[in-house]
Amino acid sequence: MSIELIIGILNIVLISTTPLVFAGIGELVTEKSGVLNLGLEGLMLVGAVTGFITLVITGNYFYSLFLSIISGVILSGIFAFLVLNLMTNQIATGLALTIFGIGLSAMLGKKFGGTPIDGLNPYYFIVISFLLVFFVAYFLSKTKTGLIVRAVGENHNSAYALGYNVIKTRYLTIIFGGVMSSLAGYYISICYAPMWQEGMTAGRGWIALALVVFATWKPWRLLVGAYIFGGVAIMQMNLQAIGVKLPGQFFNMMPYLATIIVLVFISSNKLRLKLSAPSSLNIPFEKNQ
Amino acid sequence: MVFLIRVQLREDYSNLIFYLSPLVAVALTLFFGSFIFLILELSPIESFKIFFISPISNSYGISELFVKATPLAIIALGLSYCFKNNIYNIGAEGQLTMGAIFGGGIGLLFNDSTSVFLLPFMILFGAIGGAFWATIPAILKTKFNTNEILTSLMLTYVALFILDYFVVGPWKDPAGYGLPKSMPFPDAGRLPVLIDGLRVHIGVYFALIICLITYIIYNKTLFGFKLKVTGLSSKASQYAGFKYKNLIFYTFMISGASAGLAGLFEVSGPIGLLYRDISPNYGFTAIIVAFLGRLNPFGIILSSLLIALTYLGAEDAQLFLKIPSAVGFVFQGLVLFFLLGTDFLNKYKVSIK
Repeated sequence: MSIELIIGILNIVLISTTPLVFAGIGELVTEKSGVLNLGLEGLMLVGAVTGFITLVITGNYFYSLFLSIISGVILSGIFAFLVLNLMTNQIATGLALTIFGIGLSAMLGKKFGGTPIDGLNPYYFIVISFLLVFFVAYFLSKTKTGLIVRAVGENHNSAYALGYNVIKTRYLTIIFGGVMSSLAGYYISICYAPMWQEGMTAGRGWIALALVVFATWKPWRLLVGAYIFGGVAIMQMNLQAIGVKLPGQFFNMMPYLATIIVLVFISSNKLRLKLSAPSSLNIPFEKNQ
Repeated sequence: MVFLIRVQLREDYSNLIFYLSPLVAVALTLFFGSFIFLILELSPIESFKIFFISPISNSYGISELFVKATPLAIIALGLSYCFKNNIYNIGAEGQLTMGAIFGGGIGLLFNDSTSVFLLPFMILFGAIGGAFWATIPAILKTKFNTNEILTSLMLTYVALFILDYFVVGPWKDPAGYGLPKSMPFPDAGRLPVLIDGLRVHIGVYFALIICLITYIIYNKTLFGFKLKVTGLSSKASQYAGFKYKNLIFYTFMISGASAGLAGLFEVSGPIGLLYRDISPNYGFTAIIVAFLGRLNPFGIILSSLLIALTYLGAEDAQLFLKIPSAVGFVFQGLVLFFLLGTDFLNKYKVSIK
């Protein structure tokens, strides 16, 4: 293999993995506060289509980015209202968000499929994604607010008794996660593709979800994990090209299998589980109790 | 003037509100849905007619309604066992796929068979395939304390890639022009249709039988009682000496077998062979069906018909209104949002002071 080829492959891995980093780091913060949001795929698609439509209509990158972010705020705000104020089941609500988002994005984008646009340079976003991971890692481990987020995710009743506002904290982390998913979608439709197509996120939302578990809820591991997942996907294409006889589907299922193995490893030991997973994940907080 | 909204746990638990809230959710969905049509510059009344009435205004449409409702009902009935037990199996889509692979595999293995036993065997293996795929999260949960939500979800994608591997690889039809699909199943492996010329098949009877059996199990057996107690209070169930781990196993296997059955019915019924997209998200949509039907067997039958209508309506909307068929997903998502939201009023009393 020549140097050019290796650099070429690394370049593709960098460009294709970034959405996983965005969506994953957002979901990591949401889950750290004890909320499991299965709506990533829907949020990403709506973020992708809103950004795309706005860009086609206004031609302004700033507006398109802004509206894409707003779409994430609104949708994740609805999710937050349902699971936090109405105490609905997080799994069902997240699935509803995904199903709704798939449908909504397809409807909104109907007239815009195939419209050509000038894509943005992906490297800005790649740099931002690295900075984000650094920022989140620092925020969660070194700041007081980050500590509150973790406390709320570990034991919401204790955090509440200490005087922290559980609901407000979770609103903020859910909306942060929503915005990050929209950014992931925006990146896909504006930088990576650049175009709009129904269902174009192609299951990246679910991989991002797996990624958070694979990284055992740690930001730096998430970054490494994202590049492993992204690298495996690219490697599959290249190995096929040079004639390796392993079926491609085997590579495609690797992220999911690896996540299950990690999950088994951390769950089989109570202490290990406590050290990695937020204890209150997916448990609704009821003040009245 | 200051309004304070007070939220209190309801003491007077109301069955009426419990069963009314799905209707409220459907009404709210239609209300918001009409806004969506208005935004798309379509007349809401005309659009609703195309969406909800014209698809079932002829015998072909009604047959298609049952074709779509059958897998949804069968999967949702199985899932209700898990959900009643507070076990979140959200991997029905994967279990459906595994059922199709196992049962369909039998059909392909004996593709020159004319035996009357072929179809029963395929059905049996379909159920086994689904149950097998569902026992993996059950074993991981009971042995290693692994979160079943995440594992069952991850296994769904693994199953989809396994199916993909088979239909582009070893099971690809040599006479299929290189398309990723298998050979058609032999006639002996096809599910009999109820009415000639229509696609509605005997899976409908299976759905009704499973519904009745489920009703009896929930209301007349010790197993049903255990599920109910465990769902209401896992502590009470422990005191009573119910083996929680066994319940996890049984509920996972029942829901997996049901999903596998539904998958086999799809491939040996309307589809007739194996290919990539055997299910338009039935496994996930059935979760909505189960909740909308309030985990009640008869409620699930009703809600499966309603959700099946959103699939049909979406297809017609694509044809006649020129909007993507994904609009059906908008309605499915909305109805679940509203249902979960109205459940709040069922559990809590809200008063303004």
